[in-house]
Amino acid sequence: MKEIVIQVDELTKEFGHFVAVDKITFEVYKSEIFGFLGANGAGKTTAMRMLCGLSVPSSGNATVAGFDVYRQTEQIKKSIGYMSQKFSLYEDLTVAENIHLFGGIYGLTNRQMKEGRDRLVERLGLHNEMKKRVGALPMGWKQKLAFSLAILHRPRVVFLDEPTGGVDPITRRQFWDLIYEATEEGITVFVTTHYMDEAEYCDRISMMVDGKIEALDSPANLKRRFSASSMDEVFFQLARGAKRN
Amino acid sequence: MKNNDCQSSLIKCQSVSKSYGDVQALCEVSFQVEEGELYGLIGPDGAGKTTLFRILTTLMLPDSGSAEVAGLDSISDYRDIRNRIGYMPGKFSLYQDLSVEENLNFFATLFGTSLHENYDLIRDIYVQIEPFKTRRAGNLSGGMKQKLALCCALIHRPSVLFLDEPTTGVDAVSRREFWGMLKNLKREGITILVSTPYMDEATLCDRIALIQSGKILSIDTPRRIIDKYAGTLYAVKAENVGRWARDIRKKKDIKSCFAFGESLHVSFTQSTGTAPYHLRDWLLAKGCENVEVKPITPDIEDCFIQLMEDGG
Repeated sequence: MKEIVIQVDELTKEFGHFVAVDKITFEVYKSEIFGFLGANGAGKTTAMRMLCGLSVPSSGNATVAGFDVYRQTEQIKKSIGYMSQKFSLYEDLTVAENIHLFGGIYGLTNRQMKEGRDRLVERLGLHNEMKKRVGALPMGWKQKLAFSLAILHRPRVVFLDEPTGGVDPITRRQFWDLIYEATEEGITVFVTTHYMDEAEYCDRISMMVDGKIEALDSPANLKRRFSASSMDEVFFQLARGAKRN
Repeated sequence: MKNNDCQSSLIKCQSVSKSYGDVQALCEVSFQVEEGELYGLIGPDGAGKTTLFRILTTLMLPDSGSAEVAGLDSISDYRDIRNRIGYMPGKFSLYQDLSVEENLNFFATLFGTSLHENYDLIRDIYVQIEPFKTRRAGNLSGGMKQKLALCCALIHRPSVLFLDEPTTGVDAVSRREFWGMLKNLKREGITILVSTPYMDEATLCDRIALIQSGKILSIDTPRRIIDKYAGTLYAVKAENVGRWARDIRKKKDIKSCFAFGESLHVSFTQSTGTAPYHLRDWLLAKGCENVEVKPITPDIEDCFIQLMEDGG
């Protein structure tokens, strides 16, 4: 019996007459890499904000790590990690200071902080960079550091909002190695991306079109269903008819 | 293909360097774009693309080297250059609280023209946003904003168009549409320099310059860059093959192994034939199903990765 980490039931968000997210229903299981895809304007960001406890739904239900998205948003925030392109690290602080800050925000004990820091530094090879300002690090290192900090407190779920946008092709793949390793530790990964090759690395994909989920399945099944040879083609077939772009 | 005669180059960049404090954004970058070319500057964030664009569009001075557009020097003739070029910067930079119509009229007025005068050039793009012409630009979707910004950049019929990451953050369908629009503009004789971090867009260009950390890695047609790939590349497919990438990389006879969608792209240290079979057998022994190891033609991303690894 697979453990459910995110449960969503007819979740809806309206802004006046505009229905941004329209009765979406799905489940995410422990240690899964769940790809949350959709064209611009499809409602992905709005949906993610509700799941992260940042926005109150208009109707429907959802729980994240067992906590209710209406009444237990603070517990949700403590149980999840989050990384997006727009915000991930404090550029004016050093690597060491960022680790310390995030550890403090997550409420880690001294021992957990030390363990988390040592593990991170070892994995990313940052031994000689601890006193460097994060802003001065190459982009690739920043991305990997941001992800590692998002999971410093070993959350049940980590939300990644287009984490590899614009990153060089080698770093992009090293980033996905980190994602695989996280799932091996039991962390569930909820990721959105515009890179269709990355959609292939997910266990299951959901595709939002005009506020609704139009498809939800493994990449292999989706390709079979749409007679497509790549996720790019699946996306193209589903998103082509979208009215909101 | 035209001769690389200096006179016909519409954009010329000669040993341009630029630093921000102790960060070197561009290091002796040189390239030329010929008239009528659709030329791609391909590289990730931090490669120096935006800095290069700002220098070419006369918004920034290089520390050293020179840049020319349409035979005019970017420093001494900056005013003349600004009248002749169209520029779409990376972030949406139009007026969010003006409507679609108002933005277009504003830019037309700045350049001493009108929407009607060059309507034929932007018509195919404009008709897609025309239904929203009274909507504030800030309320448009990402794809619509892109189309509006492109119309504003074309309103004065420039001879050269600079597009800095026009498809970044935009979904795969809109990206394809956008490149379709660029091909149409090329047919109108406009020279286009476009930057992008998306390697798959490189093949849509006549020629490309691959750039990483402020340095040019390679310049050529996409086809020739692919032909220059050293060695044979193999695609390895199997159920859940991605999870095996780390283990495969540790094997002695593997030179490189990178995930590419549903397969791994692998190159071997030896150029002779038995290594691919050994890998296939190794995966079968691990219990993998539907294993396939076959040689493939590399794509631009494979080439970029090889150049990055060689460059160090």
